[in-house]
Amino acid sequence: MAGAGVYSHALVRGIPESLAGGALRRSGEGSGVDTARAREEHRLYVKALRVQLGLVVTELPADEALPDCVFVEDAAVVCGGTALIARPGAPSRRGEVTAIKKVLSDLGLKIVEMTDETATLDGGDILFTGKEFFVGLSERTNQRGAEILANVFKDYAVSKVSVSGALHLKSFCTMAGPELIAIGSSDQAQKTLMNMQEMSEHRYEKLTLPDDMAANCVYLNIPTKGHVLLHRTAEEFPDSAKEFGKLKDYLLIPVCNTELAKVDGGLTCCSILFNKAV
Amino acid sequence: MTTEVGSAIQVNEESKGTEPDDSEASNPDKTSNGNEEAEKEIQEDEQPESTTQPLKEQEFNSSISDASTQSTPSSSDKKDPTGGKGLFRFLPGWLKKPKSMSQVETTEEKEAEEDIQTKDRNSEDEQPELMKSTSENEVVKGMETEESKTDEIVEQYSLNSAELQTDLQTDKAKKPEESLEKDADMDNEEVVLDEKKDENSKDGEVWKDEDASKKSPLKIPKKIKFMQSKVFMLDGSEFTYEIEKHAKGQIMLDKVCEQINLLEKDYFGLTFRDATGEKNWLDPAKEIKKQIRSCAWHFNFNVKFYPPDPSQLTEDITRYYLCLQLRQDIVSGRLPCSFVTHALLGSCALQAELGDYDANEHKAGYVTELQFSPNQTKELEEKISELHKTHRGLTPAQADAQFLENAKMLSMYGVDLHHAKDSEGVDIMLGVCANGLLIYKDRLRINRFAWPKILKISYKRSNFYIKIRPGEIEQFESTIGFKLPNHRAAKRLWKVCVEHHTFFRLLSPEQTPKSKFMTLGSKFRYSGRTQAQTREASILIDRPAPFFERTSSKRMSRSLDGVPAGGINEVGLQQESSCLSSTADGVKTEADALAIKDITTSLKASQLEMPVETKTEQDEITPRKEKSLEEEITSLLLSKESFSTGLVASFSSTVSQALEDAGLKEKAAAESVSLIDSKQLPETSDENQKSEMEEQAEVIVEEAIVIEEVKSAPGHSKVKLESPVENSSIVPPVELAAKESNVSSSDSRSDSEEEAEYHPQTKEGENVKRDQNECKTLTTVAMDSEISVTDIEEVHFPVTVVHKMQDVLEEDLQEMQNGKLQEAKQEHEDINPKLNGDVSFIDSDAMPEVVCYAEPPVVKTEMVTISDTVSPDKTEIATKEVPIVQTETKTITYEAAQGDGSGDNDPGVLMSAQTITSESFCQTMTTQITKTVKGGVSETRIEKRIVITGDTDIDHDQALAQAIKEAKEQHPDMSVTRVVVHKETELTEDGDE
Repeated sequence: MAGAGVYSHALVRGIPESLAGGALRRSGEGSGVDTARAREEHRLYVKALRVQLGLVVTELPADEALPDCVFVEDAAVVCGGTALIARPGAPSRRGEVTAIKKVLSDLGLKIVEMTDETATLDGGDILFTGKEFFVGLSERTNQRGAEILANVFKDYAVSKVSVSGALHLKSFCTMAGPELIAIGSSDQAQKTLMNMQEMSEHRYEKLTLPDDMAANCVYLNIPTKGHVLLHRTAEEFPDSAKEFGKLKDYLLIPVCNTELAKVDGGLTCCSILFNKAV
Repeated sequence: MTTEVGSAIQVNEESKGTEPDDSEASNPDKTSNGNEEAEKEIQEDEQPESTTQPLKEQEFNSSISDASTQSTPSSSDKKDPTGGKGLFRFLPGWLKKPKSMSQVETTEEKEAEEDIQTKDRNSEDEQPELMKSTSENEVVKGMETEESKTDEIVEQYSLNSAELQTDLQTDKAKKPEESLEKDADMDNEEVVLDEKKDENSKDGEVWKDEDASKKSPLKIPKKIKFMQSKVFMLDGSEFTYEIEKHAKGQIMLDKVCEQINLLEKDYFGLTFRDATGEKNWLDPAKEIKKQIRSCAWHFNFNVKFYPPDPSQLTEDITRYYLCLQLRQDIVSGRLPCSFVTHALLGSCALQAELGDYDANEHKAGYVTELQFSPNQTKELEEKISELHKTHRGLTPAQADAQFLENAKMLSMYGVDLHHAKDSEGVDIMLGVCANGLLIYKDRLRINRFAWPKILKISYKRSNFYIKIRPGEIEQFESTIGFKLPNHRAAKRLWKVCVEHHTFFRLLSPEQTPKSKFMTLGSKFRYSGRTQAQTREASILIDRPAPFFERTSSKRMSRSLDGVPAGGINEVGLQQESSCLSSTADGVKTEADALAIKDITTSLKASQLEMPVETKTEQDEITPRKEKSLEEEITSLLLSKESFSTGLVASFSSTVSQALEDAGLKEKAAAESVSLIDSKQLPETSDENQKSEMEEQAEVIVEEAIVIEEVKSAPGHSKVKLESPVENSSIVPPVELAAKESNVSSSDSRSDSEEEAEYHPQTKEGENVKRDQNECKTLTTVAMDSEISVTDIEEVHFPVTVVHKMQDVLEEDLQEMQNGKLQEAKQEHEDINPKLNGDVSFIDSDAMPEVVCYAEPPVVKTEMVTISDTVSPDKTEIATKEVPIVQTETKTITYEAAQGDGSGDNDPGVLMSAQTITSESFCQTMTTQITKTVKGGVSETRIEKRIVITGDTDIDHDQALAQAIKEAKEQHPDMSVTRVVVHKETELTEDGDE
């Protein structure tokens, strides 16, 4: 069974020019995305994974027809050698999965596709704790999608939690350690966490962060590095950064994500991490 | 007619003074089960607060009866059998057994004299008194102590009620009530018997074992017959045993475990398939025969409780059998897992069975001979083989351990799934596991209720309900209902829940509810050892690891029997997705509001029925209903609603007024309490309770706590059956607890269906493994009803006065009101799942754990007492004066031949009592409704006293017949158990009529 954060591979994808104008965003307005800066931030992100952490990173080229294609996380859920190809809740994003599926298949993963036309699922709503799955039922993920996920990953409990006030479950809630959940401090986030705890047979510690968006961080357990956490920078979220700073025995890697955040992108959104050794 | 009133009043006054003493004295005397004690306690509690009233009433009734009989002081020896005969025409055949013949009395005595007379055993007097006493007893039933009390009290009028009764008995007037009166001892015995019956019936429930239930509790083994039983083992082998026909399940389980040399046997059990093919667990505590009925004695040996951490098992042999079970689970699809896990587990199993991979021995395809997956592919077999090679060096025991370490992490490990539908009709699965209840849609977990979250588990018919403790998210208690395929499935699920909760969460099993009050339904409890106990025991295992032979599991040899049929356990994938929807009541507020509405409506309805509600001090009508102890019986019996009135007598007339007064107070108090968090409750309750009794105050506290727990349960709609709550957790109160009486609420509507409740929370107290914040636990279901009452009361009485008193009395009163409401409601079908069958009562047993099961089987019986009084003069009470008017008094009792469980002397707990009086033309009708819970059966009795007054120009017989008819029509769901015709005819002084 897969442990939390044990990854050997990463899949990322470039940022298309169309992102600035075409990417979906929850709030209609918002400042424009500086594509160049976004690409630079993304480059640093990928570099951290590849160079600093030694993951095998596969980088797909951007597709101009898919403004949101950089957010590969939503396209598939990979666990234990099986990749469930998602059916994104936003119709405009359904095309993203094609390339992802091919790459994952090429990487030797067992591919499971969602054929049910009524199901929707964004990878961003799937939180894998290492022991179980939580599926956020959100604007993008419906229960049917969650049921299919539950059927694919039979070893694990798959529990649904409802998400409101945010795009995805992982917009404010991610793993920050083997049994540590990073959670935003908003009411919605806290409520969701309580709900998750009630649904779970397992116990988790929680790392409460002042900023919901900062709670989207990337935890990895790299054999040579130990606990690693990619988190938003102190410039972006100073208060939350302090909280991260309290983590002991962690390799903390601040990553700037100002631009993609404008289109609801978080750190986890930009990669699919998996352990191919399984 | 009215004479009675006067006498009654007098009696009351007298009684007041004496009451307290009596009660105290009576209590100590009683030797009884815990339940009884509890009851006693209850009584005590009640007394202090309500002392005057209940006692009054009791005496009152008795006095009344006496008065009535005696009141016809007019001396006349004339007998008028004709009247009685005339009635016969209108009575159903079964009623035509006059148990007591009418007698003409000339009673001229004063009350004091009356006693004497009774002593003298004037047959005439006796009868009337018997009547009285019986009624009293019935009323008293709720409390044994009361009986004693009544006896003592009664002494005033009739010192010899017992004697009289005995005499009567000789007359073959064997009324259960009478017997009750006779001796406390008798009561005890009966109680015991009842319990036995219940046990027997438990299984029967599933099977509709009517016969069994009806059987006399005393089982006299005839010849020892042996049955041949087959047990299919996990390794595919079969054992055959000769089992004594009446042996209990445990005997066979022991034999099996002995044969396979298994010491840690508490995790295992035997299953059998019933006539419908469903898998059932053989209850070790019950007779095998009664469980499997007519089915073949074929059993499967299975793991019943999957240890969450198999590494903590002491012996390898135990793990071996667990592995076999899990392999079976995997192959059957019951334990789903991914390809990778299949491969891993398969390889471990392979290592355990075949040892190290040996290229020479293990040719290609060797894996194929073994089955590891429901659909085993070549790819899987290759993977298994590949992994097999990596296990080199592992001993079989180590391989088993590794197998288990991986298997235990599977999300469905140890989850017992049951098909169900949610409130919206969506197919879901309910999974019972070590930690609680899991709800699945398809394979998606859509809800989870850990044991600590669950306040109550109950089932009714094919519905299964869980009441949820308010949490951080939900602020209100809610009850969630699920629809099971049928009644048996609901009960099966319920039992599994009870067992799992007890085994995994408690330190020691709960006591089987002994008392009748508690159990309104299934008294089923898990009686085996808990996991904590079995671990403790297994630590002591001191033997060399037993040698056991690992049987080859080669596919060919595998017995199909070993593989569980899909049945319930298999998880069906269902495509529709739906969320669990909590039942309408889900949200408390809403529920409450609804409840209130219901109540009001019900009230109206009830009022409609009895257009005139007058509070009369005379209550003579004692409706009785008797309930059969056995669930099955109950179910058979059709009675829809049962009102339990324990203390009927005590409350009866006075009650009505008292009710209102007290009711208001209580409501206020209750409300205030309910608003408060449980933690705060004790204090508040104290304040509230500043009533007269300090000790009671403590008790009250507990109740308050209960209330909190119960709060949300909008009891109103349902009739609440109470399960006895045992206060375990509350240490200080323990003593008090002992004294506490059980307040049992009655079921207003007990459907014949079986219901059962189980309150896991109660257990949380000390017995629970982990600490919980919540603990205070004494949950009394009773509170539910009370609470509900509160609501109701509010509705009724706009003005709320906050009183600090919270007495048992008040509670009772409330309950009584409840009773009304419930009655009213009875007519309405239960809409709220929540409400159904909750019975609340407080059990003061020292038992640490509180388990409330309420099963609703209640049989209703209705007793109609009709007194036909012709003499207007009777109004005059012969007190100390010699009666001027002579009256002829005849009493004829027709009693149904039913052997009601009610006959048992167990007083039960009075849930509610109410009296309604209506007058019309020449007839006064007093209806007294009492609800009692005893022995887990809630009983509602409606006693109607119809007084027909008039000159000879009225056809009394006709009027009587009409009255009986109307009574029947009013309560179609009840049966008439007794008709007492009391005819008083004024005799002209000349002796001419």
